[in-house]
Amino acid sequence: MGAPHGHTLHFHGHSWLHRLPAHVKLVALVVFMLTVVATPREWYPVFAGYLALLLLLVATSRVPPTYLAKRMVVEVPFVVFALLLPFVATGPRTEVLGLSVSEHGLLGAWSLLAKGTLGVTASLLLAATTEPRALLTGLERLRVPTLLVQIMGFMVRYLDVVTDELRRMHVARESRGFSARNPRHWPVIAKSAGVLFIRSYERGERVHLAMLSRGYDGRMPR
Amino acid sequence: MIPVLDLQGVAFAYPDGHQALHGVDLHVHQGERVALLGPNGAGKTTLVLHLNGILMPGLGTVAVSGLPVTKANLLEIRRRVGIVFQDPDDQLFMGSVREDVAFGPMNLGLRGPELEARVFAALEAVGMAEYADRPPHHLSFGQRRRVAVATVLAMEPEILVLDEPSSNLDPASRRELADIIRSLDVTVLLVTHDLPYALELCPRSVILSDGVVAADGNTAEILGDEALMKSHRLELPFGFVPSSRV
Repeated sequence: MGAPHGHTLHFHGHSWLHRLPAHVKLVALVVFMLTVVATPREWYPVFAGYLALLLLLVATSRVPPTYLAKRMVVEVPFVVFALLLPFVATGPRTEVLGLSVSEHGLLGAWSLLAKGTLGVTASLLLAATTEPRALLTGLERLRVPTLLVQIMGFMVRYLDVVTDELRRMHVARESRGFSARNPRHWPVIAKSAGVLFIRSYERGERVHLAMLSRGYDGRMPR
Repeated sequence: MIPVLDLQGVAFAYPDGHQALHGVDLHVHQGERVALLGPNGAGKTTLVLHLNGILMPGLGTVAVSGLPVTKANLLEIRRRVGIVFQDPDDQLFMGSVREDVAFGPMNLGLRGPELEARVFAALEAVGMAEYADRPPHHLSFGQRRRVAVATVLAMEPEILVLDEPSSNLDPASRRELADIIRSLDVTVLLVTHDLPYALELCPRSVILSDGVVAADGNTAEILGDEALMKSHRLELPFGFVPSSRV
């Protein structure tokens, strides 16, 4: 099968950040995020410091900044919300570029944008420098309940299989002249999603059978 | 001698009332390679799931090397009967090839160097030892099928049951897998409707049709019996003459 290999978030490399144990990186990320969130939004220089720290890490990790930038699209809904805030929020108003905006909203938008962007960049950097499997081992070392780690493990394992199935269904639809541009065609997409769900469910049953056949008794061997 | 597989009058109906097996009698002796042939819907997969107690017969008995398939014996039965399922993506569910091959032996209680040795020997047997640390989804389909065989070999089964092992393989992978199967010192039940593959690997064939054993004998003779083949919806590929291969 000609599926694209590897996980799209991971950027292969050998920098010190790549080599750092996953559990250290996980703890560092959580500490960083909590600190960022807890920082009062008016402490502008501190935020500049956070950004400088992140940029320094990105530089030493040798992950191309464009690689991270492309994956930051995930933040777009928050950006849109942040941009709307100054217009919909109440309180004293001020002028920016000839537009009347809420001072409160402006500060809120800044805080959301700054904290969000820092968080997303840091998470992407973790994903780019750590293999999914290493992340799972890291979580295990941090004593995250085994059942949760296992569920995540199955997710990592079958993500490619399911995406591949999705892609094949997409190709099969397009090959019969379907295009999803018209909202009237959306029900077809919904049905495909339903079929994908059922197929994945049935695969789950087959995987379970294969596990039972090798002596699985409900607990993962450790 | 006690047969490795001993099925007597195995009958089974699914909860929805569909009767898949109507009394199957089958014996497989140690060291044999037997092909289980039959058209789609003949009950082949249902029969396979009886061999390690995933399904329990409504009537009749299944025994593996003298040990009856019962709830109490399940773990030992599943060690003795190694089933390789059709889709390797169903069989390889761990993050790396090594962990996947270790899964079965670990369920049997193996740990440490003994486990390592088992895993390595099984991977070596299918020529995949150098891929031990790779995630299964980064392997080619043929490689994944070979690893799927290794996951079962690592349990040191008495009988290896292969469900449609040649499906979706290109001719080279197909031949490589055949070489591997021939090189193994284990009893094999090959479930397939790939008749040339059955002829290549198995001296003896059993036809399962409509939930009963319709024929049991020399593979070349069975494949050469046109009337028999036709009555059970089995067809040789165009231009294939069974006697030319033996």
